[in-house]
Amino acid sequence: MTLQEIRDLLKCEVLAGEDDLQVDVQQVVASDGMSEILAFAKSKELMITGLTNIQSIRTADIAGVSAVIYCRGKRPDKKVVEFAKQKRIPVFITNMVMFDICGILYNKGLKGVS
Amino acid sequence: MAAELLRESFEIQGRNFDKAGEVSGEIKVILRDLGIDPANLRRVVIVAYEGEMNVVMYANRATLTLILTDEDVNLEIVDEGPGIPDIELALQEGWSTASDEMRELGFGFGMGLPNMKKNSDEFRIESEVGKGTSVFAKIRLNSNA
Repeated sequence: MTLQEIRDLLKCEVLAGEDDLQVDVQQVVASDGMSEILAFAKSKELMITGLTNIQSIRTADIAGVSAVIYCRGKRPDKKVVEFAKQKRIPVFITNMVMFDICGILYNKGLKGVS
Repeated sequence: MAAELLRESFEIQGRNFDKAGEVSGEIKVILRDLGIDPANLRRVVIVAYEGEMNVVMYANRATLTLILTDEDVNLEIVDEGPGIPDIELALQEGWSTASDEMRELGFGFGMGLPNMKKNSDEFRIESEVGKGTSVFAKIRLNSNA
């Protein structure tokens, strides 16, 4: 599924990565715990989190995920978005809660990483 | 005997959450530019980052030394901090002594040290309560464990 399809499905606002909407993702890693993301992500996943600090992008970069979605209406500050742009990591925000996001994406065939 | 190709030391400040992760980011760039393959690079950087976060959360300061040889990448993190009373317990997944403040930052869920161990081919902790903790990790470049 492309980032563009995910953006439309989850009614996301794109904060970074407008040029990368054709990137394809097959797997999802979802957590507010950054070590959980690091433990399970194998690279190229979609990362869903409610944590909007700079560590979320550091973790995304180190885990090698394809994009980050911030859930439940949380908006990262400018510094975080700038850092994501610098690391070339697309960043979306949505008002949906993590449970609903995961349910919707699972229904569309995306899988978690274990 | 493995030939040493690079040795570089970095200072990590305890409790400086703004800078937390910068050293690991720098290590990633250095090793990527040297052509370390992505799978091994990922393991090294996860070990460095989790180690760096542990220093930021718990210690006063630390020196992280990166040593690259033609066979492996070694990370040595030597901190001045509270030390770990029970290392075996600290290595159990889910065990954590983190404060709520640390958890709000997305860390302190008891996965840090286990993640470091999992991504290393050799992993050793030495600690003295009240003085500090030293962590040694080796990631072999020919393995993809």
